[in-house]
Amino acid sequence: MARIEVEVNGTRHELEGIEPRLLLVHFLRERLGLTGTHIGCDTSSCGACTVLLDGKSVKSCTMFAVQADGRALTTIEGIASNGALHPMQEAFWAQHGLQCGYCTTGMILSAVDLLRRNPNPSDAEIRSGLEGNLCRCTGYENIVKAVRAAAAALAATGGAQRFEEQKRSGELVEVGGG
Amino acid sequence: MATLVGAPVRRREDPRLITGRATYVDDIKLVGMVHAVFIRSPYAHAKIARIDLREAKAFRGVLAAFSGEDLHATGWKASLPVAHKMADLKAPPHFPLAVDEVRFVGEAVAVIVAADPYAARDAAELVEVEYDELPVVIDIEKAAASDAPLVHRDLGTNVAYTLPFKAGDPDGAFAGADVVVKQRIINQRLAPVPIETRGVVARWDAGAGRVTIHSSTQIPHLLRTQLSLVLGLPENKVRAIAPEVGGGFGAKLNVYAEEAVVAWLAMRLDRPIKWSETRSECFQAMIHGRDQIDDCEIAAKRDGTIVGLRLRILANLGAYHQLLTPVIPTLTMLMAPGPYRISNVDIEVKGVFTNTMSTDAYRGAGRPEATYLIERLVDLVAQKLELDPAEIRRRNFIEASAFPFTTATGLTYDTGDYATTMEKALQLADYSSLRARQEALRKEGRYLGIGLSTYVEVCGMGPSAAMPAAGWDSATVRVEPTGSVTVLTGISPHGQGEETTFAQLVADELGVPIENVEVVHGDTDKVQYGVGTFGSRGSAVGGSALKLAIETIQAKALKIAAHQWEANPDDLEYRDGSIRMRGDPSRSMTTAEAGFLAFMGDKLPAGLEPGLDATRRFEPPNFVYPFGTHVCVVEVDAETGRVKIERYVAVDDCGKVLNPMIVEGQIHGGIAQGMAQALYEEVVYDEYGQLRTGTLMDYAVPHAEQVPHFELERTVTETTVNPLGVKGVGEAGTIGSTPAVVNAVMDALAPFGVTHLDMPLRPEKLWKAMAPRSNGKVPA
Repeated sequence: MARIEVEVNGTRHELEGIEPRLLLVHFLRERLGLTGTHIGCDTSSCGACTVLLDGKSVKSCTMFAVQADGRALTTIEGIASNGALHPMQEAFWAQHGLQCGYCTTGMILSAVDLLRRNPNPSDAEIRSGLEGNLCRCTGYENIVKAVRAAAAALAATGGAQRFEEQKRSGELVEVGGG
Repeated sequence: MATLVGAPVRRREDPRLITGRATYVDDIKLVGMVHAVFIRSPYAHAKIARIDLREAKAFRGVLAAFSGEDLHATGWKASLPVAHKMADLKAPPHFPLAVDEVRFVGEAVAVIVAADPYAARDAAELVEVEYDELPVVIDIEKAAASDAPLVHRDLGTNVAYTLPFKAGDPDGAFAGADVVVKQRIINQRLAPVPIETRGVVARWDAGAGRVTIHSSTQIPHLLRTQLSLVLGLPENKVRAIAPEVGGGFGAKLNVYAEEAVVAWLAMRLDRPIKWSETRSECFQAMIHGRDQIDDCEIAAKRDGTIVGLRLRILANLGAYHQLLTPVIPTLTMLMAPGPYRISNVDIEVKGVFTNTMSTDAYRGAGRPEATYLIERLVDLVAQKLELDPAEIRRRNFIEASAFPFTTATGLTYDTGDYATTMEKALQLADYSSLRARQEALRKEGRYLGIGLSTYVEVCGMGPSAAMPAAGWDSATVRVEPTGSVTVLTGISPHGQGEETTFAQLVADELGVPIENVEVVHGDTDKVQYGVGTFGSRGSAVGGSALKLAIETIQAKALKIAAHQWEANPDDLEYRDGSIRMRGDPSRSMTTAEAGFLAFMGDKLPAGLEPGLDATRRFEPPNFVYPFGTHVCVVEVDAETGRVKIERYVAVDDCGKVLNPMIVEGQIHGGIAQGMAQALYEEVVYDEYGQLRTGTLMDYAVPHAEQVPHFELERTVTETTVNPLGVKGVGEAGTIGSTPAVVNAVMDALAPFGVTHLDMPLRPEKLWKAMAPRSNGKVPA
C-alpha cells in the first residue's frame, strides 16, 4: 500500500493505503468522491475519463493513482471559477454540444487542452484534436461548434494566455496549467 | 404569447451535466454497499459440467457466490420476460443465470458479491467452470436449415416464428412487369454502444419489505412491473429509479438478467449491491441491433412505376428473446413499402435463434432495415431503366393529397408531403450541378457519388392495440400553492431534453416563468405509471399527455376565476398564458393566482375540489409518420477505396417543432449513427461464436473526424394524430442516413459495373471492387 500526495482542483490531498493497482479514475471517483469523471470503456478508447494532469489531458483509466503522486490534477468539478462556468462549459451549453452528458465532462477537458495547444483551431483541427473522445449522441456537429465558440470567447477575453494567467493568479480555481 | 414553444431554448438539464454534478448509476454510493461481478461463458454453446465456487467464496471480502443452479435450489426459478402478441411464437425459458447449458459467449453463469469491486474481480478469477462443448450455429441461413444444430434442443427447431403476409396480387404484378430486380441485401449486426454501459444499484428495505432498483434504463415503470413478476413481489413493493442515464438508443429498453439478479441479491443478502458493467461485457451481453438477410425482388413498369415487392426476411434473434426481440423484424415488414405507392406485396419474416447475443430494439428498430432495402431497390430499378434516382422517386411517391394513406401492409400514414421535401433537398444540394460535376470528374478518373434517401418511418409508439404492451403515456401537472409548477412525466428522457421542451410548453400555456417549472421523471415512487422513452414517443405521446393535463388545469382555473369575478366560466378564456374575460381587457388572473385560491380552498365555487393539479393519459389513435430526404455526396478514391463525404444535406419533417435546437441535435446524432452502419460498424462473431468485436478497439464507433458537417433544413407537416401536431425525431436521422450514404457510394462505383455491396463499406471492400479497372484505365 502506498502513500500519495496530489493536488486536485487546487486542494492538496495526502492519502495513505493506496493500492498500487488502483486506477486514477477509481481514486478520483471512489476516494475523493469526484464522480464527474466517468468510465466508458476498458481500453482507453472513449475518453470519458479525461482529466488534466499538470494542465495536459490524460485518460485517468490508463494511469495508476500512484503515478499521480506529486502532480496536480484538474477534473470537471474544478474548471468553473467562483460560480462562473469555464468558457468551454458555457459554449457546450449554448451550442447544445451534449445530450446524455456522459461523454461531456471528458470531452470538455479534452477541448480545454486542445485550445491550450491550439487557441484558434479550424474545424478540421477540432475534429482531429478530439480523436481521443467518443460521443454517441451528438454526431459531433455541435461539439465542433462549441469548441469554435469557446475559442472565440477566449480570444475575445485575451485568449488562452489570459486564461492561463488567471489560473496562475488563483483567479480561476483550475490549477497547474501548463 | 407562445414565446418559448418553437424557440431554441437552452437545455435546463445541462448545468448539472457540464459541471460533473449529475448522478449516473455508477455515481450512487449507499452505506454498506457491496459489489457484484458476473462470471460469463467463454463458449457459444456448451453443457455446464461443473461450477466450483468454493475458492472464490473463501477469498477475502467475498460475501456470497451463486450459480444458476444455486438460484434454482433456493426456489427462485423465474424466467426473463418477452413482450409480444404473436400466436405461435416459440419462447424458450431464459434464466437470469444459465442452468445446465450456455447458448452464447457472455451468458452469465454465476455471480460473486464482494466488499469492493477489485476483490470481486479477483475472486471471479478463482471460479472454476467446466464446460462440454456443443455444436454451434452462428449463420442465420444455416440455423434456419432443417439439419442445423439446435440452440434450444427442446424446441426441435431454431425457427421461432414465420410470419407470412400478402396484399394485392403480387404474382400477377410480377408476371406483368417490364422489369424485375432481385437482390440479396444484408443488414449487418450492430452494437448500440451508449457511452455509459449498463449498471444497477439495488437496495432491500427489510422493514418495509421493499426493493429499490436504480438502473440505467429507458423504462422504469415497465422494469418495475416485470421485476415484480420475476422476483415474486407485489408491484408496490418494487421501486425502480432511472437516475441520469448516459444514452440508451433502445438498448436500455429491456429487462436484463443482471437487473433481476442484482435485485434478488439485495433481498437475499440484505445489503445494497452495485453492479457496473465493463465495456467488454457490454459488447457481449447488451442487446445488439439489426442482423437480417433480406432476399428482395421488386417489379416495375418501363416508366419506373413500382408494381410489386417480394421479400424474404431472415432475422437473427440471437440465443434468447429479450423484451422485444421477436417484434423488431415485423416492423421491417410493415415499413417495407416506404413512401411509395406499392399495392402488391408478398413478404415473409422468419425469426431464427443462433448462438449469439439477442437482437432487440436499436435506434430505428426494424425500420432502418426497411428503409435501407427499399431505398437500395429503388436505386437498382432506376439504374436498370436508366432513370435518375430522383425521377423514379417522384414517379412513385404517395401524393400529398392522398393522406391519410393506407399502405399495402395495413398502416395508415397520417400526413406527408414527400415530393416537396425531396425537391427542397435537391435544391439545397444543387443536385443538377452535382450530376454535371460527377460527369466531368469521371473523365479525370475521380469518382463522385450522389446518394438519395427518401424515407418515411413509423414512430410515436403507439396505439396500445398495435403495441406488445401499453402504448399510452401520462403526465401530472401540479400548480403548487405559491405558483411554481411541477410536471411529473411518465416518459424517461435520457438526453432527449424533455425537461426543457415540456417546461417550454407549460410556461407558454400556463403563463409561468420557465424557471418556475420543474419536470420530474424516472422514479416509480414519484411519478404515476408511464411507459417510457423509446420509439420516438417522448413528445408525441408523453408531450400530448402533458398537453391534456394542461388543458384540464386551465379548465379548472377558469372556473375558479369565474367564481371570483362572479362571471360565467364560458365568458372566460386562457389567452397568452393568463385568464381573461372576453371583451373586458381589465380583468385578468394568472395561473399562480388561481392556484393559490385553489390551495386556500375558501373561495371556490360549490362542488369544486380544492387544489389545482391534474393527471391525464394520452392514448394515441395512430402512430405518427415523420419523413424526409437525405442527400449524400461522396468521393471514393480508387487508389485506396477510401470514402470522403463531401456534403451531407438533410431535409426532415417531424411535424411541429417544440425546440429546433434539440430537434437538430437529435437529427445530427441520428445521421452519425446511420452513417456509422453504412461505413464503419459491424459486430462480428466467428464460426465458433467468439465475439471478435468485443472492445472499442475492434468495434468502429466513429470519431469526430469520421463524420462530416451536416446541412439541415426542414419542412413542417403537422400530424393530426395528437393535440400538439408533433411527430418524432429520435430515430429519423438514423433511418434516413444509412441508405443515403450507401446509395452515394454505389453511385460512385457505377462506372465499375458495381451495383450492390453489403455494409459496412470499408476501404478494403471498395478498393477490391474498384481494383480491376483502377490501374490507369478509366471506365467509360
